[in-house]
Amino acid sequence: MKADIAFGQYCEGNSFLHRLDPRWKIIFALMYIVALFLAKNIFAFGLVALSIVLLWALSGIRAGILVKGLRPLLFIIAFTAIINIFWLKGETPLLPENWFFQIYLEGIINAVLIVLRVMVLVTGTSILLTYTTTPIALTDGIEQLLAPLAKIKIPVHEFSMMMTIALRFIPTLIEETDKIMSAQKARGSDFSTGSLTRRAKALIPILVPLFISAFRRAEDLATAMECRCYTGGAGRTRMNILHSTWRDAVMLLILCVFVAGIVLLNIFAPGYRFTM
Amino acid sequence: MSAIIKAEHLSFAYQGDEDTPPVQALKDVSFEIEEGSFVAILGHNGCGKSTLAKLLCMIYTPDEGRLYINGRDMTADDVEEKDIYDARRRVGMVFQNPDNQLVATIVEEDVAFGCENLGIPSEKIRKRVDEALDTVGMRKYARHATHRLSGGQKQRIAIAGVIAMRRKCIIFDESTAMLDPGGRKEVMDTICRLNREEGITVIHITHYMNEATMADRVLVMNEGTVIMDGTPAEVFSRCGELWEAGLDVPQTTELLWKMREAGYDVRLDIFDPEECAKEIAKAIAEKR
Amino acid sequence: MKISDFGRKSTIIFNFSFLIFHLGFMGKIELQNITYVYGKGAPYEIKALDDVSLTFEEGKIIGLIGHTGSGKSTLVQLLNGLIKPDSGRVLLDGKDIWAEPKKIRDVRFKVGLVMQYPEYQLFDETVWKDISFGPKNMGMSEDEIKKAVVEAASFAGLKEKHLFKSPFDLSGGQKRRAALAGVMAMGPSVLVLDEPAAGLDPGARRKILGRIKDYQRQSGTTVIIVSHSMEDMAMYCDSVVVMNHGKVTMTGTPAEVFSRSDELISQGLDVPAITKVARALRNEGVDIGLDIYTVNFAAHRLLGEEEDK
Repeated sequence: MKADIAFGQYCEGNSFLHRLDPRWKIIFALMYIVALFLAKNIFAFGLVALSIVLLWALSGIRAGILVKGLRPLLFIIAFTAIINIFWLKGETPLLPENWFFQIYLEGIINAVLIVLRVMVLVTGTSILLTYTTTPIALTDGIEQLLAPLAKIKIPVHEFSMMMTIALRFIPTLIEETDKIMSAQKARGSDFSTGSLTRRAKALIPILVPLFISAFRRAEDLATAMECRCYTGGAGRTRMNILHSTWRDAVMLLILCVFVAGIVLLNIFAPGYRFTM
Repeated sequence: MSAIIKAEHLSFAYQGDEDTPPVQALKDVSFEIEEGSFVAILGHNGCGKSTLAKLLCMIYTPDEGRLYINGRDMTADDVEEKDIYDARRRVGMVFQNPDNQLVATIVEEDVAFGCENLGIPSEKIRKRVDEALDTVGMRKYARHATHRLSGGQKQRIAIAGVIAMRRKCIIFDESTAMLDPGGRKEVMDTICRLNREEGITVIHITHYMNEATMADRVLVMNEGTVIMDGTPAEVFSRCGELWEAGLDVPQTTELLWKMREAGYDVRLDIFDPEECAKEIAKAIAEKR
Repeated sequence: MKISDFGRKSTIIFNFSFLIFHLGFMGKIELQNITYVYGKGAPYEIKALDDVSLTFEEGKIIGLIGHTGSGKSTLVQLLNGLIKPDSGRVLLDGKDIWAEPKKIRDVRFKVGLVMQYPEYQLFDETVWKDISFGPKNMGMSEDEIKKAVVEAASFAGLKEKHLFKSPFDLSGGQKRRAALAGVMAMGPSVLVLDEPAAGLDPGARRKILGRIKDYQRQSGTTVIIVSHSMEDMAMYCDSVVVMNHGKVTMTGTPAEVFSRSDELISQGLDVPAITKVARALRNEGVDIGLDIYTVNFAAHRLLGEEEDK
């Protein structure tokens, strides 16, 4: 199946998180990221680990999907872990002293915590934003959050319209590319063999028609939008007005407790202090 | 009955660049479209029918002649942006390529697009969108992704977008040309229903003869002018002229025309196969 | 070589091109127990073709009919190896096209495919260059390319003055025919066309289909046309294949297939209006047979019979 950008990674659902206001979700995601970087010791990290379980429970998304989402990060995670384990100097050596290299307990703890942070960061924001919010709702949320910026002449509406149209046309253009490629293949185009310059040259018969078609579509679309009385953002209303509900208040409360918990644990809980 | 669109001696030429001369696309075109009527405009590609459509929704301005929409002269000197905007609130358009006129990724968002532009309050848009989707029979697709629909369904969404704006007149610019027979039937059924049940004025530009037979009135264009204007029955009985204009006639008419050439006394203005058969049987019986 | 030189030489070849036809020869294409599945293993798995066996007669125009989703577009892509069947074999002149997967490109030269709305694949500066794209990829010599382009252009009904224009300056019908010439120039032994007349007005429709028919008659190439238009199929095809739900449901001459109009209608297809008239005429007591599929044919039967009496 082709990449379905209209829904991105969105998982159909009607959970607590799915029903939050996208504007608030963006704010929540920011709060969550800040909290993650505040966490300094093992206990605070325990709370972080707990939080991701809670988010997962609230989202109703299959765990398999979350694991799959981490797969592209595997290399970075492994890389940071290894660097931390072998290069960080601490006070508690784990190997005999005369070995040609040394591993410290602090290094291992640090590595575990960093890996945990990266994984939670990615998974948590994905659950809050991409998995439970359609790109369209996100665009709407961003537009409305940034609406005050329009007062200082930043074209917020135009940017969001561009996003919407891009989301709408990318699947169409992908399909079109597919068609043109088949057509040129049928005329003997070869994209997979030969030198780099040859392959780059082989792309011309694809790119030229694709661009021409994209311009034609853009022109048609502009005409169609004009005929539908589009004159820009001024005076426009929306069918779907975003409403904050009690759910957003509950979520805000949960997050505040979470941030406070992390700060308190940082100050009062004894134990190892994270160095990064 | 009043005329929703009135064209008087419209002319339009595409301006060429240095090497190419201007191309005269329309020459002295005049007609009136009554409110509530269903008019088909026929003609081969390049006969000026699409240019005419673009003039009617004010994408181009005519070089000469007058164009009245709802009684307002759109070619007068004092026409402002606001008047054009106003006219577009009355006359909507559905284009040829179903992919290039949908703006949003979700069906109901696209239908709402026009209403949102008009600044209608949210609850009212909701109501209008639901009604419009019901009218075109696409309510259950309200939350679907637009690009996954079939061509016929996309065109019906485009139609819903136009009727949600409560327009009185819709111009279909070859809206069926890129569809398969199933999609074409879906769209034609919707168009006929809008005209009959909702009283919406329909201008249908096409080169499919059988679609033109469904209209109340047919305008035939050739070389930038209107060469025939009448009911489908009147127009299609003039087979020779239609062939000359690069058009076809319905197969029933063609057969009847051949019968007449052979000396049978038959009418030409029959498009239904059953009736056509009756007419032929009658003529054969009479001749014997 | 400059374009003007090409132009001069092509004029000469152009004027005599009707005497020599190098392009194309009969190819025989055969499908054996073909199955093709979309989204294999996924819950939405769709069987686009289900155990299809079919032989396309060589040197004929064969029409492929079916409503959207009947599997005919999949079949078209299988014929020239754009997709590979999940099971079964595609035989070109008796040889399995997937016997040597690395040589699939050669199969694509032998089985020319003109996709839907082919004018959108035009890309080069001039029509001439665009038509020569396929032949160049085949590794033809300069001379061969010249001949192939000139001949293909004349088959497609393009005039010499069109050849040195940008393809984007042509009219809709001309663009379509330029794209068609681009495939004809490769001299395929089987030419497959997906909806060659879609979106064209009646005049341009007749012109392109007429050109395809002439090309078939003169070069002997096997031509397979996919179309929704029953009227066109009736008019231009020697035989017709009907598909429904990934299977072949009918094959035969247009007369044979269209006389079974009830079955066609039950498969979501229409029959030409004239066929309906013939049926209604029988009910009215004037029997001209049910195997009527063109107006001329109907008129001939009606008037001819009258004359006999």
